[in-house]
Amino acid sequence: MKDKVVFISFFVKAKIFKPIKRLIMKIPSLQAVLVFAVLTIMACGGSSESPASKPNAPKPKSMVQKKAEDPMKDKGIGPVKEVKFDAEVNTELAAKGEEIYKKLCTACHKPDQKFIGPAQKGVLDRRSPEWVMNMILNPEEMIQKDPVAKKLLMEFNGAPMANQNLTQEEARAVLEYFRTL
Amino acid sequence: MKNQSNLLFRLFFAALAAFFVVVLFSCNNSNNNQSSGSGALASDVASRVYVPPGQYDEFYSFLSGGFSGQLSVYGLPSGRLLKVIPVFSVDPEKAYGFNEETKPMLNTSHGFIPWGDAHHPELSQTNGETDGRWIFINDNNTPRVARIDLTTFETAEIIEIPNSGGNHSSPFTTENTKYVVAGTRFSVPVPQKDVAISSYAETFKGALSFIKVDPHTGQMSLAFQVLMPAFDYDLAHSGKGKSDGWTFFSSYNTEQKNTLLEVEASQNDKDFIAAINWKKAEEFVAQGKYKELKATYVHNLYSDSKHSATSETLHNVKVLIPSDCPGLVYFLPTPKSPHGVDVDPTGEYIVGNGKLSADLTVHSFTKMLKAIDNKAFDGEVAGIPILKYDEVVAGVVEGAGLGPLHTEFDARGNAYTSFFISSEIVKWKLGTWQVLDRVPTYYSIGHLMIPGGDSRKPNGKYMLALNKITKDRFLPTGPEMDQSCQLFDISGDKMKLLLDFPTIGEPHYGQALLASKVQPKSRKIFKLDENKHPYFTPSEKETKVVREGNTVHVYMTTIRSHFAPDNIEGIKVGDKVYFHVTNLEQDWDVPHGFAVLGALNAELLIMPGQTETLFWEPQKEGVIPFYCTDFCSALHQEMQGYVRVSPRNANVALKWSLGDSESL
Repeated sequence: MKDKVVFISFFVKAKIFKPIKRLIMKIPSLQAVLVFAVLTIMACGGSSESPASKPNAPKPKSMVQKKAEDPMKDKGIGPVKEVKFDAEVNTELAAKGEEIYKKLCTACHKPDQKFIGPAQKGVLDRRSPEWVMNMILNPEEMIQKDPVAKKLLMEFNGAPMANQNLTQEEARAVLEYFRTL
Repeated sequence: MKNQSNLLFRLFFAALAAFFVVVLFSCNNSNNNQSSGSGALASDVASRVYVPPGQYDEFYSFLSGGFSGQLSVYGLPSGRLLKVIPVFSVDPEKAYGFNEETKPMLNTSHGFIPWGDAHHPELSQTNGETDGRWIFINDNNTPRVARIDLTTFETAEIIEIPNSGGNHSSPFTTENTKYVVAGTRFSVPVPQKDVAISSYAETFKGALSFIKVDPHTGQMSLAFQVLMPAFDYDLAHSGKGKSDGWTFFSSYNTEQKNTLLEVEASQNDKDFIAAINWKKAEEFVAQGKYKELKATYVHNLYSDSKHSATSETLHNVKVLIPSDCPGLVYFLPTPKSPHGVDVDPTGEYIVGNGKLSADLTVHSFTKMLKAIDNKAFDGEVAGIPILKYDEVVAGVVEGAGLGPLHTEFDARGNAYTSFFISSEIVKWKLGTWQVLDRVPTYYSIGHLMIPGGDSRKPNGKYMLALNKITKDRFLPTGPEMDQSCQLFDISGDKMKLLLDFPTIGEPHYGQALLASKVQPKSRKIFKLDENKHPYFTPSEKETKVVREGNTVHVYMTTIRSHFAPDNIEGIKVGDKVYFHVTNLEQDWDVPHGFAVLGALNAELLIMPGQTETLFWEPQKEGVIPFYCTDFCSALHQEMQGYVRVSPRNANVALKWSLGDSESL
């Protein structure tokens, strides 16, 4: 610890920093934070993307847990913020979705049976429509950041959801097809 | 604590100072054998070529792979290798020339040839400016010209050149890519026939070919050939601006010797630059003043939707004979076996790089037209008028160096000439012919290249030296080592060496252009919707194995991370098995590989949305594994399968599956 404090003193050597220096010396936890910040900034060349420079990086734990507890409230991460279903299934859209699903998804998915990835039957009872579309459109980020998607990746043995480059309209059609399952 | 702090403080600064001393010292050291540069400059040099991780180069450069037969793509200014594009030689990494789809690309009138000698890359141009659509390159050994599509960075087309023997003065473009040219280095009997070699001067001809390029598709067709006297046609460049409509070919061996050319072809004081008026040629062709000659040559075309090439054999060529076509060709006398012939951005000056001379001869296009009008001729060869030297020459750059080979230009009226023998680049002024600067190259430079440096709009920021000899520039790698390029900053008055980097094969010539002309159009995937391959498998449901006699077609798919099917039975020894593998991925940079134990060809490397076919003839019974070669996901190691091979007379039923067999 002594060495680290001395190390900090290089950066607060100028006289005007003396009061700050004294303050730092007196509060050990501040010293530790500062050491970490300085080291991180040095290592990253002062990049603004370094985690230490993001003031609000850690989210309150309770929020994350709540999300994990109720996946229906998890909208996922991606371009889709809100989906509204009509009362009736749009059969034309669903048929289009089925065609896209068969073409681009069935190498890893079966509608009513676990395959490389999970079955889609009943998916809308388990997940929010926004989450489903974001998983189709933005799988790379989802499996890294979304708590539900992260769990699924582990459950499915590390097989990543492939990005099949659907347009948002195509993903919406596939979603409509899932309503019919 | 204060004492300790001061001590560490001093130590810290001492270390910092030592670090700088070491850096400066090492930079000075590396500059010892260079004519310019101090330590301070050297650190500036490092920053000029430094492209930080994750950032892009400003330029794409395309360097000929020479005797590797390929075309390499390097980023500038970093000198980072981005890709090697297979063109005239097979490439087992990409299955080029090994899979069924690309085998036709390497078909020739002699049959399948797995190797070529790639020489001069040339970018397509619109209004004399590089447009980033295609790049052309010639094969010297088996006369051919290839077109590479710059959306896919793949060879899209190859056309063979008949009546030709060493396609060297090629494929230099006209300013709207109406034509690329192909002049023969070795004259041959036309048509080929069994004659005494000593009949060279009487029976051999030098064909200069004009290949028409479709302005929309880029497709090439042989428009016409001009049958010239039996000289060696070395290099070429087309006119631009005022001289658009003309193409200039340099020549040597105007002595017309067929042996010991090292001595015999250097007897004449002057050889010729042939000026071809191709607009006139078009008129002669339209008037029917051509001869139709029988010739066999092939035209190979790759389709991005079929993911396959076709090879077509052609049988006729239109030939123009200069003595029948007055005004078609004139000779510009040029001292000492001119190598490169280079036209400045204005189109006025035609530089003859007389490789056995110390001087550079520069002709004036305006004077040439005037001399033609005034019939200022000094005799003729085979009906081709020789223009009077004094009537066409604009100026001479005197005593510039030894062995001038090639000249490129910047946008400020300067020319840069490579000198092979004196191993240097000399910068000189167009119009005044004054030498402005010179820098050594390491070692023995051949071509040099400035982005757009042979177009109407050069970008005068960087210049690349393409050197013939490497010697001690890099860590040694035994007797054979890569050749080298050197990057120079030419934005100021003085040329400054920035960087050395090794190249593949021998880099004859290069081209470069701003990345912004290519990058936005670069393709990321092939759409499954647009796949027209005859053995395309659109989904796992449609995978199957079909037997036709002893030929077996396997319709297979890949996606992270499995093959469908991954278990195949009922294959027999001696079967001819074709694995048609479709990559169902639709995401950028997710190719899958496909390799079979004992296959006598190569792997497949299948891009997203693409179908490729590997041929396999099992020799022995057993159970043979196949697997994905390109790390595709965390479950890549699991991406594998088996083929059961039974004896010739076995009765094992044809069967294929993935997981439980009903799934397919």
